[in-house]
Amino acid sequence: MLDALRLYTRYVGVSLRAQMQYPASFVMLATGQFLVTAIEFLGIWALFTRFGSLCEWTLPEVALFYGMVHVAFALSEAVARGFDVFPGMVRNGEFDRVLLRPRTTALQIGAQHLHVTRIGRLSQGLAILLYGAWALGVPWSLAKAGLLVASVLGGACLFSGIFVLQATAAFWTIESLEIVNCLTYGGVEAAQYPVTIFRPWFRRLFTFLVPLATINYFPAHAIIGRPEPLGSPVLFQWLAPVVGVAFLAATLQIWRVGVRHYRSTGN
Amino acid sequence: MRAYWAIFQARFRVLLQYRAAALAGFGTQVFFGFVRVMVFDAFYRSSSSVQPMTFPEVVTYVWLGQAMLLLVLFRPDVEVRTMIRTGTVAYELVRPLDLYALWFSRTLAARTGPVLLRAVPMFIVAGLFLGLEAPASWVCAFLWVAATLAAVLLSAAVATLLTVMLLWTVSGEGLAALGPAMVFIFSGMIIPLPLWPEWAQPLLDFLPFRGMADVPFRIYMGHIPPGEAVYALLHQAVWIAVFIAAGRWLLARGTRRLVVQGG
Repeated sequence: MLDALRLYTRYVGVSLRAQMQYPASFVMLATGQFLVTAIEFLGIWALFTRFGSLCEWTLPEVALFYGMVHVAFALSEAVARGFDVFPGMVRNGEFDRVLLRPRTTALQIGAQHLHVTRIGRLSQGLAILLYGAWALGVPWSLAKAGLLVASVLGGACLFSGIFVLQATAAFWTIESLEIVNCLTYGGVEAAQYPVTIFRPWFRRLFTFLVPLATINYFPAHAIIGRPEPLGSPVLFQWLAPVVGVAFLAATLQIWRVGVRHYRSTGN
Repeated sequence: MRAYWAIFQARFRVLLQYRAAALAGFGTQVFFGFVRVMVFDAFYRSSSSVQPMTFPEVVTYVWLGQAMLLLVLFRPDVEVRTMIRTGTVAYELVRPLDLYALWFSRTLAARTGPVLLRAVPMFIVAGLFLGLEAPASWVCAFLWVAATLAAVLLSAAVATLLTVMLLWTVSGEGLAALGPAMVFIFSGMIIPLPLWPEWAQPLLDFLPFRGMADVPFRIYMGHIPPGEAVYALLHQAVWIAVFIAAGRWLLARGTRRLVVQGG
Protein backbone atom coordinates (compact mmCIF):
# COMPACT_ATOMS: atom_id res chain seq x y z
CA MET A 1 0.00 0.00 0.00
CA LEU A 2 2.75 2.39 1.04
CA ASP A 3 4.69 1.35 -2.01
CA ALA A 4 1.72 2.11 -4.22
CA LEU A 5 1.37 5.54 -2.66
CA ARG A 6 5.03 6.32 -3.26
CA LEU A 7 4.73 5.21 -6.86
CA TYR A 8 1.66 7.39 -7.25
CA THR A 9 3.47 10.49 -6.01
CA ARG A 10 6.30 9.72 -8.43
CA TYR A 11 3.81 9.55 -11.30
CA VAL A 12 2.27 12.84 -10.23
CA GLY A 13 5.67 14.46 -9.86
CA VAL A 14 6.72 13.50 -13.39
CA SER A 15 3.46 14.73 -14.82
CA LEU A 16 3.66 18.06 -12.97
CA ARG A 17 7.25 18.71 -13.95
CA ALA A 18 6.48 18.02 -17.60
CA GLN A 19 3.60 20.47 -17.63
CA MET A 20 5.42 23.18 -15.72
CA GLN A 21 7.94 23.39 -18.55
CA TYR A 22 5.58 25.93 -20.11
CA PRO A 23 4.63 28.15 -17.16
CA ALA A 24 2.92 30.87 -19.21
CA SER A 25 0.72 28.39 -21.01
CA PHE A 26 -0.05 26.68 -17.69
CA VAL A 27 -1.16 29.92 -16.04
CA MET A 28 -3.40 30.84 -18.95
CA LEU A 29 -4.98 27.41 -19.30
CA ALA A 30 -5.64 27.25 -15.56
CA THR A 31 -7.14 30.76 -15.61
CA GLY A 32 -9.22 29.74 -18.60
CA GLN A 33 -10.60 26.75 -16.74
CA PHE A 34 -11.23 28.89 -13.67
CA LEU A 35 -13.32 31.32 -15.72
CA VAL A 36 -15.14 28.65 -17.72
CA THR A 37 -16.37 27.01 -14.54
CA ALA A 38 -16.89 30.25 -12.60
CA ILE A 39 -19.27 31.76 -15.15
CA GLU A 40 -21.71 29.03 -14.33
CA PHE A 41 -21.96 30.28 -10.77
CA LEU A 42 -22.37 33.78 -12.13
CA GLY A 43 -25.47 32.48 -13.91
CA ILE A 44 -26.82 31.01 -10.67
CA TRP A 45 -26.16 34.31 -8.91
CA ALA A 46 -28.06 36.20 -11.64
CA LEU A 47 -31.05 33.88 -11.29
CA PHE A 48 -31.07 34.42 -7.53
CA THR A 49 -31.01 38.20 -7.90
CA ARG A 50 -33.99 37.91 -10.24
CA PHE A 51 -36.07 35.26 -8.47
CA GLY A 52 -35.00 35.79 -4.84
CA SER A 53 -34.93 32.14 -3.83
CA LEU A 54 -34.98 28.63 -5.21
CA CYS A 55 -37.80 26.72 -3.50
CA GLU A 56 -36.85 28.03 -0.02
CA TRP A 57 -33.14 27.61 -0.69
CA THR A 58 -30.87 30.64 -0.43
CA LEU A 59 -27.81 31.55 -2.49
CA PRO A 60 -25.27 30.64 0.26
CA GLU A 61 -26.90 27.23 0.63
CA VAL A 62 -26.72 26.57 -3.10
CA ALA A 63 -23.13 27.87 -3.03
CA LEU A 64 -22.34 25.18 -0.46
CA PHE A 65 -23.88 22.49 -2.71
CA TYR A 66 -22.08 23.89 -5.75
CA GLY A 67 -18.70 24.13 -4.03
CA MET A 68 -18.86 20.62 -2.59
CA VAL A 69 -19.63 18.95 -5.90
CA HIS A 70 -17.12 20.97 -7.92
CA VAL A 71 -14.25 20.36 -5.52
CA ALA A 72 -15.13 16.65 -5.42
CA PHE A 73 -15.22 16.44 -9.21
CA ALA A 74 -11.98 18.37 -9.61
CA LEU A 75 -10.22 16.00 -7.20
CA SER A 76 -11.47 12.93 -9.02
CA GLU A 77 -10.49 14.45 -12.37
CA ALA A 78 -7.00 14.88 -10.99
CA VAL A 79 -6.58 11.32 -9.72
CA ALA A 80 -8.74 9.24 -12.05
CA ARG A 81 -8.83 11.12 -15.33
CA GLY A 82 -6.41 8.61 -16.80
CA PHE A 83 -9.34 6.23 -17.08
CA ASP A 84 -10.79 8.65 -19.58
CA VAL A 85 -8.09 7.94 -22.16
CA PHE A 86 -8.22 4.23 -21.38
CA PRO A 87 -10.41 3.15 -24.36
CA GLY A 88 -7.69 4.47 -26.65
CA MET A 89 -5.15 2.29 -24.83
CA VAL A 90 -7.30 -0.78 -25.41
CA ARG A 91 -7.72 0.04 -29.06
CA ASN A 92 -4.03 0.41 -29.85
CA GLY A 93 -2.92 -2.40 -27.57
CA GLU A 94 -1.03 -0.15 -25.16
CA PHE A 95 -2.77 -1.82 -22.24
CA ASP A 96 -0.59 -4.92 -22.83
CA ARG A 97 2.40 -2.95 -21.58
CA VAL A 98 0.54 -1.94 -18.44
CA LEU A 99 -0.24 -5.59 -17.72
CA LEU A 100 3.43 -6.48 -17.96
CA ARG A 101 4.43 -4.15 -15.15
CA PRO A 102 4.38 -5.64 -11.65
CA ARG A 103 2.00 -3.06 -10.18
CA THR A 104 -1.80 -2.82 -10.01
CA THR A 105 -3.43 -1.75 -13.26
CA ALA A 106 -5.87 0.69 -11.65
CA LEU A 107 -3.00 2.71 -10.17
CA GLN A 108 -1.07 2.87 -13.42
CA ILE A 109 -4.10 3.93 -15.45
CA GLY A 110 -5.40 6.44 -12.93
CA ALA A 111 -2.10 8.14 -12.26
CA GLN A 112 -1.33 9.04 -15.86
CA HIS A 113 -2.47 12.32 -17.39
CA LEU A 114 -2.75 14.43 -14.30
CA HIS A 115 -3.74 17.78 -15.72
CA VAL A 116 -2.48 20.75 -13.75
CA THR A 117 -5.06 22.97 -15.40
CA ARG A 118 -7.66 21.16 -13.28
CA ILE A 119 -6.45 23.48 -10.55
CA GLY A 120 -8.74 26.03 -12.22
CA ARG A 121 -11.90 24.11 -11.41
CA LEU A 122 -10.56 23.17 -7.99
CA SER A 123 -9.80 26.73 -6.94
CA GLN A 124 -13.09 28.17 -8.18
CA GLY A 125 -14.98 25.35 -6.41
CA LEU A 126 -13.03 26.04 -3.22
CA ALA A 127 -13.65 29.78 -3.45
CA ILE A 128 -17.40 29.29 -3.78
CA LEU A 129 -17.43 26.61 -1.10
CA LEU A 130 -15.71 28.99 1.32
CA TYR A 131 -18.12 31.79 0.41
CA GLY A 132 -21.05 29.48 1.03
CA ALA A 133 -19.65 28.19 4.32
CA TRP A 134 -19.05 31.75 5.50
CA ALA A 135 -22.32 33.28 4.29
CA LEU A 136 -24.51 30.47 5.62
CA GLY A 137 -24.18 31.81 9.14
CA VAL A 138 -24.33 28.38 10.77
CA PRO A 139 -22.18 27.72 13.82
CA TRP A 140 -19.27 25.61 12.61
CA SER A 141 -17.84 22.84 14.77
CA LEU A 142 -14.94 20.50 14.27
CA ALA A 143 -17.39 17.66 13.58
CA LYS A 144 -19.19 19.62 10.89
CA ALA A 145 -15.95 20.67 9.22
CA GLY A 146 -14.88 17.03 9.31
CA LEU A 147 -18.16 15.98 7.69
CA LEU A 148 -17.65 18.60 4.96
CA VAL A 149 -14.15 17.32 4.15
CA ALA A 150 -15.32 13.69 4.30
CA SER A 151 -18.24 14.41 1.98
CA VAL A 152 -15.97 16.03 -0.58
CA LEU A 153 -13.56 13.09 -0.43
CA GLY A 154 -16.45 10.63 -0.64
CA GLY A 155 -17.72 12.54 -3.65
CA ALA A 156 -14.29 12.37 -5.29
CA CYS A 157 -14.40 8.57 -4.76
CA LEU A 158 -17.87 8.42 -6.29
CA PHE A 159 -16.88 10.33 -9.43
CA SER A 160 -13.70 8.26 -9.72
CA GLY A 161 -15.92 5.17 -9.56
CA ILE A 162 -17.95 6.47 -12.49
CA PHE A 163 -14.73 7.08 -14.48
CA VAL A 164 -13.63 3.52 -13.67
CA LEU A 165 -16.99 2.12 -14.79
CA GLN A 166 -16.81 4.08 -18.04
CA ALA A 167 -13.32 2.71 -18.69
CA THR A 168 -14.29 -0.84 -17.74
CA ALA A 169 -16.96 -0.83 -20.43
CA ALA A 170 -14.14 -0.42 -22.97
CA PHE A 171 -13.00 -3.99 -22.28
CA TRP A 172 -16.15 -5.09 -24.06
CA THR A 173 -16.97 -2.21 -26.41
CA ILE A 174 -13.39 -1.20 -27.36
CA GLU A 175 -14.86 2.30 -27.68
CA SER A 176 -15.37 4.98 -25.15
CA LEU A 177 -18.93 5.18 -23.88
CA GLU A 178 -19.48 8.91 -24.13
CA ILE A 179 -23.03 8.66 -22.96
CA VAL A 180 -21.60 8.15 -19.45
CA ASN A 181 -20.74 11.86 -19.58
CA CYS A 182 -24.36 12.33 -18.50
CA LEU A 183 -23.35 10.93 -15.14
CA THR A 184 -20.07 12.82 -14.78
CA TYR A 185 -20.53 16.27 -16.28
CA GLY A 186 -24.30 15.95 -16.14
CA GLY A 187 -24.03 14.77 -12.56
CA VAL A 188 -21.98 17.81 -11.61
CA GLU A 189 -24.52 20.07 -13.30
CA ALA A 190 -27.43 18.43 -11.48
CA ALA A 191 -25.77 18.09 -8.08
CA GLN A 192 -25.09 21.84 -7.98
CA TYR A 193 -28.68 22.13 -6.80
CA PRO A 194 -30.58 20.46 -3.95
CA VAL A 195 -31.95 17.22 -5.34
CA THR A 196 -35.48 18.02 -4.14
CA ILE A 197 -35.96 20.74 -6.79
CA PHE A 198 -35.98 18.04 -9.47
CA ARG A 199 -38.83 15.78 -10.48
CA PRO A 200 -39.23 12.55 -8.47
CA TRP A 201 -37.93 10.13 -11.13
CA PHE A 202 -34.80 12.21 -11.58
CA ARG A 203 -34.33 12.50 -7.85
CA ARG A 204 -34.51 8.71 -7.49
CA LEU A 205 -31.97 8.22 -10.27
CA PHE A 206 -29.44 10.36 -8.41
CA THR A 207 -30.19 8.99 -4.97
CA PHE A 208 -30.31 5.25 -5.55
CA LEU A 209 -28.81 4.33 -8.93
CA VAL A 210 -25.87 6.78 -8.91
CA PRO A 211 -25.77 8.08 -5.34
CA LEU A 212 -24.74 11.65 -6.20
CA ALA A 213 -27.06 12.96 -3.49
CA THR A 214 -24.70 11.53 -0.88
CA ILE A 215 -21.96 13.96 -1.97
CA ASN A 216 -23.75 17.07 -0.84
CA TYR A 217 -27.49 16.79 -0.40
CA PHE A 218 -27.60 14.55 2.68
CA PRO A 219 -24.48 15.81 4.49
CA ALA A 220 -25.41 19.43 3.78
CA HIS A 221 -28.62 18.97 5.75
CA ALA A 222 -26.61 17.84 8.76
CA ILE A 223 -24.28 20.83 8.32
CA ILE A 224 -27.02 23.42 7.84
CA GLY A 225 -29.11 21.73 10.54
CA ARG A 226 -32.35 21.79 8.59
CA PRO A 227 -34.92 18.97 8.63
CA GLU A 228 -34.61 16.85 5.50
CA PRO A 229 -37.91 16.62 3.57
CA LEU A 230 -37.31 13.11 2.23
CA GLY A 231 -37.16 11.85 5.82
CA SER A 232 -33.64 10.43 6.01
CA PRO A 233 -32.33 9.77 9.53
CA VAL A 234 -29.67 12.18 10.81
CA LEU A 235 -27.28 9.28 11.32
CA PHE A 236 -27.45 8.52 7.60
CA GLN A 237 -26.67 12.16 6.78
CA TRP A 238 -23.49 11.82 8.81
CA LEU A 239 -22.56 8.49 7.24
CA ALA A 240 -23.35 9.47 3.64
CA PRO A 241 -19.69 9.97 2.58
CA VAL A 242 -19.11 6.24 3.13
CA VAL A 243 -21.39 5.50 0.18
CA GLY A 244 -18.93 7.09 -2.25
CA VAL A 245 -16.04 5.02 -0.93
CA ALA A 246 -18.14 1.85 -1.16
CA PHE A 247 -19.13 2.77 -4.72
CA LEU A 248 -15.48 3.13 -5.75
CA ALA A 249 -14.58 -0.17 -4.08
CA ALA A 250 -17.40 -1.91 -5.95
CA THR A 251 -16.39 -0.44 -9.32
CA LEU A 252 -12.78 -1.48 -8.76
CA GLN A 253 -14.03 -5.06 -8.32
CA ILE A 254 -15.86 -4.79 -11.64
CA TRP A 255 -12.68 -3.37 -13.14
CA ARG A 256 -10.86 -6.51 -12.01
CA VAL A 257 -13.42 -8.66 -13.81
CA GLY A 258 -12.85 -6.53 -16.89
CA VAL A 259 -9.08 -6.95 -16.73
CA ARG A 260 -9.53 -10.72 -16.61
CA HIS A 261 -11.81 -10.51 -19.63
CA TYR A 262 -9.29 -8.44 -21.61
CA ARG A 263 -8.16 -9.75 -24.97
CA SER A 264 -5.52 -7.69 -26.65
CA THR A 265 -6.58 -6.20 -29.94
CA GLY A 266 -3.10 -7.16 -31.10
CA ASN A 267 -1.09 -5.73 -33.90
CA MET B 1 -14.59 30.51 -55.16
CA ARG B 2 -14.83 26.92 -56.46
CA ALA B 3 -11.75 25.95 -54.48
CA TYR B 4 -13.20 27.24 -51.20
CA TRP B 5 -16.47 25.44 -51.91
CA ALA B 6 -14.54 22.19 -52.46
CA ILE B 7 -12.67 22.66 -49.16
CA PHE B 8 -15.95 23.32 -47.41
CA GLN B 9 -17.50 20.14 -48.87
CA ALA B 10 -14.53 17.94 -48.01
CA ARG B 11 -14.39 19.13 -44.40
CA PHE B 12 -18.13 18.79 -44.09
CA ARG B 13 -18.06 15.15 -45.21
CA VAL B 14 -15.25 14.32 -42.79
CA LEU B 15 -17.30 15.69 -39.92
CA LEU B 16 -20.41 13.77 -40.91
CA GLN B 17 -18.48 10.52 -40.41
CA TYR B 18 -18.61 10.63 -36.63
CA ARG B 19 -22.18 9.49 -36.22
CA ALA B 20 -21.76 7.39 -33.07
CA ALA B 21 -20.12 10.28 -31.25
CA ALA B 22 -22.93 12.52 -32.45
CA LEU B 23 -25.53 10.12 -31.04
CA ALA B 24 -23.82 10.01 -27.65
CA GLY B 25 -23.47 13.78 -27.68
CA PHE B 26 -27.13 14.07 -28.50
CA GLY B 27 -28.10 11.93 -25.50
CA THR B 28 -25.90 14.02 -23.23
CA GLN B 29 -27.47 17.22 -24.52
CA VAL B 30 -31.02 15.99 -23.97
CA PHE B 31 -29.96 15.17 -20.42
CA PHE B 32 -28.44 18.62 -19.85
CA GLY B 33 -31.52 20.25 -21.36
CA PHE B 34 -33.70 18.32 -18.94
CA VAL B 35 -31.67 19.45 -15.94
CA ARG B 36 -31.80 23.07 -17.10
CA VAL B 37 -35.55 23.02 -17.70
CA MET B 38 -36.14 21.58 -14.23
CA VAL B 39 -33.90 24.19 -12.61
CA PHE B 40 -35.72 27.04 -14.37
CA ASP B 41 -39.02 25.42 -13.42
CA ALA B 42 -37.97 25.48 -9.76
CA PHE B 43 -36.91 29.14 -10.00
CA TYR B 44 -40.17 30.16 -11.68
CA ARG B 45 -42.15 28.35 -8.97
CA SER B 46 -40.24 30.31 -6.30
CA SER B 47 -41.29 33.78 -7.39
CA SER B 48 -44.57 35.28 -8.49
CA SER B 49 -43.17 38.54 -9.87
CA VAL B 50 -43.39 39.12 -13.62
CA GLN B 51 -40.22 38.18 -15.49
CA PRO B 52 -38.97 39.43 -18.87
CA MET B 53 -39.60 35.94 -20.25
CA THR B 54 -42.36 33.45 -19.49
CA PHE B 55 -41.50 29.93 -18.42
CA PRO B 56 -42.63 28.28 -21.71
CA GLU B 57 -40.45 30.80 -23.56
CA VAL B 58 -37.48 29.85 -21.41
CA VAL B 59 -38.13 26.15 -22.14
CA THR B 60 -38.11 26.84 -25.89
CA TYR B 61 -34.95 28.94 -25.42
CA VAL B 62 -33.21 26.10 -23.56
CA TRP B 63 -34.01 23.52 -26.25
CA LEU B 64 -32.98 25.87 -29.06
CA GLY B 65 -29.77 26.33 -27.11
CA GLN B 66 -29.22 22.59 -26.91
CA ALA B 67 -29.95 22.22 -30.64
CA MET B 68 -27.47 24.95 -31.55
CA LEU B 69 -24.94 24.26 -28.79
CA LEU B 70 -22.08 23.37 -31.11
CA LEU B 71 -22.40 26.70 -32.85
CA VAL B 72 -21.34 28.41 -29.65
CA LEU B 73 -19.17 25.77 -28.04
CA PHE B 74 -16.01 26.03 -30.02
CA ARG B 75 -12.33 25.63 -29.99
CA PRO B 76 -9.87 26.69 -32.65
CA ASP B 77 -9.10 24.39 -35.57
CA VAL B 78 -7.03 21.53 -34.11
CA GLU B 79 -5.41 20.69 -37.44
CA VAL B 80 -4.24 24.24 -37.98
CA ARG B 81 -2.83 24.21 -34.43
CA THR B 82 -0.83 21.08 -35.28
CA MET B 83 0.31 22.68 -38.52
CA ILE B 84 1.55 25.73 -36.63
CA ARG B 85 3.35 23.59 -34.05
CA THR B 86 5.05 21.34 -36.57
CA GLY B 87 5.77 24.04 -39.13
CA THR B 88 3.75 22.46 -41.93
CA VAL B 89 1.75 25.68 -41.93
CA ALA B 90 4.32 26.72 -44.52
CA TYR B 91 2.53 24.53 -47.05
CA GLU B 92 -0.64 26.47 -46.38
CA LEU B 93 1.18 29.64 -47.37
CA VAL B 94 2.38 28.12 -50.61
CA ARG B 95 -1.11 27.26 -51.83
CA PRO B 96 -2.36 29.62 -54.54
CA LEU B 97 -5.32 30.56 -52.37
CA ASP B 98 -6.19 33.36 -50.03
CA LEU B 99 -5.17 31.95 -46.64
CA TYR B 100 -7.89 33.71 -44.70
CA ALA B 101 -10.61 32.48 -47.04
CA LEU B 102 -9.11 28.98 -46.84
CA TRP B 103 -9.21 28.87 -43.04
CA PHE B 104 -12.59 30.54 -42.95
CA SER B 105 -14.07 27.86 -45.25
CA ARG B 106 -12.59 25.11 -43.07
CA THR B 107 -14.03 26.69 -39.96
CA LEU B 108 -17.40 27.29 -41.57
CA ALA B 109 -17.67 23.60 -42.42
CA ALA B 110 -16.53 22.63 -38.94
CA ARG B 111 -19.28 24.84 -37.54
CA THR B 112 -22.17 23.68 -39.74
CA GLY B 113 -21.65 19.91 -40.01
CA PRO B 114 -21.89 18.96 -36.33
CA VAL B 115 -24.58 21.56 -35.69
CA LEU B 116 -26.80 20.11 -38.40
CA LEU B 117 -26.23 16.56 -37.13
CA ARG B 118 -27.50 17.54 -33.69
CA ALA B 119 -30.01 20.26 -34.47
CA VAL B 120 -32.27 18.17 -36.70
CA PRO B 121 -32.89 15.31 -34.22
CA MET B 122 -33.10 17.81 -31.35
CA PHE B 123 -35.86 19.74 -33.12
CA ILE B 124 -37.80 16.53 -33.71
CA VAL B 125 -37.40 15.09 -30.20
CA ALA B 126 -37.74 18.35 -28.27
CA GLY B 127 -40.52 19.57 -30.53
CA LEU B 128 -42.59 16.43 -30.08
CA PHE B 129 -41.96 15.56 -26.44
CA LEU B 130 -40.04 18.19 -24.50
CA GLY B 131 -41.89 21.46 -24.88
CA LEU B 132 -40.02 23.16 -27.72
CA GLU B 133 -42.68 25.32 -29.32
CA ALA B 134 -43.07 26.14 -33.02
CA PRO B 135 -41.96 29.58 -34.30
CA ALA B 136 -44.37 32.37 -33.38
CA SER B 137 -45.36 33.00 -37.00
CA TRP B 138 -44.22 32.41 -40.59
CA VAL B 139 -42.52 35.80 -40.60
CA CYS B 140 -40.68 34.90 -37.41
CA ALA B 141 -39.64 31.55 -38.88
CA PHE B 142 -38.29 33.23 -42.01
CA LEU B 143 -36.39 35.86 -40.02
CA TRP B 144 -35.11 33.13 -37.71
CA VAL B 145 -33.57 31.25 -40.65
CA ALA B 146 -31.85 34.46 -41.76
CA ALA B 147 -30.60 35.19 -38.24
CA THR B 148 -29.34 31.61 -37.84
CA LEU B 149 -27.36 31.84 -41.09
CA ALA B 150 -25.86 35.09 -39.83
CA ALA B 151 -25.10 33.37 -36.51
CA VAL B 152 -23.19 30.64 -38.35
CA LEU B 153 -21.12 33.25 -40.23
CA LEU B 154 -20.49 35.24 -37.05
CA SER B 155 -19.42 32.15 -35.14
CA ALA B 156 -17.11 31.09 -37.99
CA ALA B 157 -15.58 34.58 -38.12
CA VAL B 158 -14.83 34.54 -34.38
CA ALA B 159 -13.46 30.99 -34.53
CA THR B 160 -11.21 31.89 -37.46
CA LEU B 161 -9.89 34.86 -35.51
CA LEU B 162 -9.06 32.53 -32.60
CA THR B 163 -7.31 30.16 -35.02
CA VAL B 164 -5.24 33.02 -36.44
CA MET B 165 -4.22 34.00 -32.91
CA LEU B 166 -2.57 30.59 -32.56
CA LEU B 167 0.23 31.95 -34.75
CA TRP B 168 1.36 33.68 -31.56
CA THR B 169 1.64 30.29 -29.90
CA VAL B 170 1.67 30.90 -26.19
CA SER B 171 -0.52 33.97 -25.78
CA GLY B 172 -2.71 32.67 -28.58
CA GLU B 173 -3.36 29.45 -26.69
CA GLY B 174 -4.39 31.41 -23.63
CA LEU B 175 -6.80 33.61 -25.55
CA ALA B 176 -8.15 30.58 -27.36
CA ALA B 177 -8.91 29.08 -23.95
CA LEU B 178 -10.56 32.25 -22.63
CA GLY B 179 -12.54 33.08 -25.77
CA PRO B 180 -15.06 30.25 -25.49
CA ALA B 181 -15.88 31.20 -21.89
CA MET B 182 -16.71 34.77 -22.95
CA VAL B 183 -18.77 33.59 -25.89
CA PHE B 184 -20.65 31.10 -23.74
CA ILE B 185 -21.76 33.60 -21.14
CA PHE B 186 -22.52 36.55 -23.44
CA SER B 187 -24.37 34.53 -26.09
CA GLY B 188 -27.09 33.41 -23.69
CA MET B 189 -26.06 29.77 -23.26
CA ILE B 190 -25.64 30.01 -19.48
CA ILE B 191 -28.97 31.71 -18.87
CA PRO B 192 -31.20 33.55 -21.39
CA LEU B 193 -29.82 37.08 -21.79
CA PRO B 194 -33.06 38.87 -20.75
CA LEU B 195 -32.75 37.21 -17.32
CA TRP B 196 -29.43 38.94 -16.50
CA PRO B 197 -29.78 42.03 -14.28
CA GLU B 198 -31.18 45.16 -15.96
CA TRP B 199 -27.94 47.12 -15.61
CA ALA B 200 -26.11 44.51 -17.71
CA GLN B 201 -28.55 44.71 -20.62
CA PRO B 202 -26.98 47.64 -22.54
CA LEU B 203 -23.61 45.86 -22.49
CA LEU B 204 -25.15 42.57 -23.62
CA ASP B 205 -26.97 44.39 -26.41
CA PHE B 206 -23.77 45.97 -27.64
CA LEU B 207 -21.49 42.91 -27.55
CA PRO B 208 -21.32 40.71 -30.67
CA PHE B 209 -21.95 37.43 -28.88
CA ARG B 210 -25.73 37.64 -28.59
CA GLY B 211 -25.82 37.33 -32.37
CA MET B 212 -24.73 33.69 -32.08
CA ALA B 213 -27.59 32.38 -29.99
CA ASP B 214 -29.81 34.88 -28.20
CA VAL B 215 -30.85 36.86 -31.28
CA PRO B 216 -31.99 33.92 -33.44
CA PHE B 217 -33.72 32.26 -30.47
CA ARG B 218 -35.71 35.32 -29.49
CA ILE B 219 -36.65 36.06 -33.10
CA TYR B 220 -37.89 32.45 -33.35
CA MET B 221 -40.33 32.86 -30.49
CA GLY B 222 -41.30 36.41 -31.37
CA HIS B 223 -39.67 37.79 -28.22
CA ILE B 224 -37.89 40.16 -30.58
CA PRO B 225 -40.84 41.31 -32.72
CA PRO B 226 -40.34 41.12 -36.53
CA GLY B 227 -40.19 44.94 -36.71
CA GLU B 228 -37.12 45.07 -34.46
CA ALA B 229 -35.55 41.94 -35.92
CA VAL B 230 -34.12 44.00 -38.79
CA TYR B 231 -31.91 45.92 -36.34
CA ALA B 232 -30.79 42.68 -34.72
CA LEU B 233 -29.82 41.30 -38.14
CA LEU B 234 -27.95 44.51 -38.88
CA HIS B 235 -26.12 44.16 -35.54
CA GLN B 236 -25.03 40.67 -36.59
CA ALA B 237 -23.90 41.86 -40.04
CA VAL B 238 -21.77 44.68 -38.63
CA TRP B 239 -20.02 42.36 -36.19
CA ILE B 240 -19.40 39.71 -38.88
CA ALA B 241 -17.65 42.41 -40.93
CA VAL B 242 -15.62 43.55 -37.90
CA PHE B 243 -14.42 40.03 -37.05
CA ILE B 244 -13.53 39.20 -40.65
CA ALA B 245 -11.59 42.45 -40.96
CA ALA B 246 -9.80 41.81 -37.66
CA GLY B 247 -8.96 38.24 -38.68
CA ARG B 248 -7.57 39.35 -42.04
CA TRP B 249 -5.50 42.13 -40.49
CA LEU B 250 -4.06 39.86 -37.81
CA LEU B 251 -3.30 37.12 -40.32
CA ALA B 252 -1.44 39.59 -42.51
CA ARG B 253 0.65 40.64 -39.51
CA GLY B 254 1.19 37.04 -38.45
CA THR B 255 2.41 35.81 -41.81
CA ARG B 256 4.81 38.74 -42.14
CA ARG B 257 6.69 37.74 -39.00
CA LEU B 258 6.35 34.00 -39.52
CA VAL B 259 9.62 32.10 -39.44
CA VAL B 260 9.42 28.47 -40.48
CA GLN B 261 12.00 26.17 -38.96
CA GLY B 262 13.65 23.18 -40.54
CA GLY B 263 13.91 22.06 -44.11
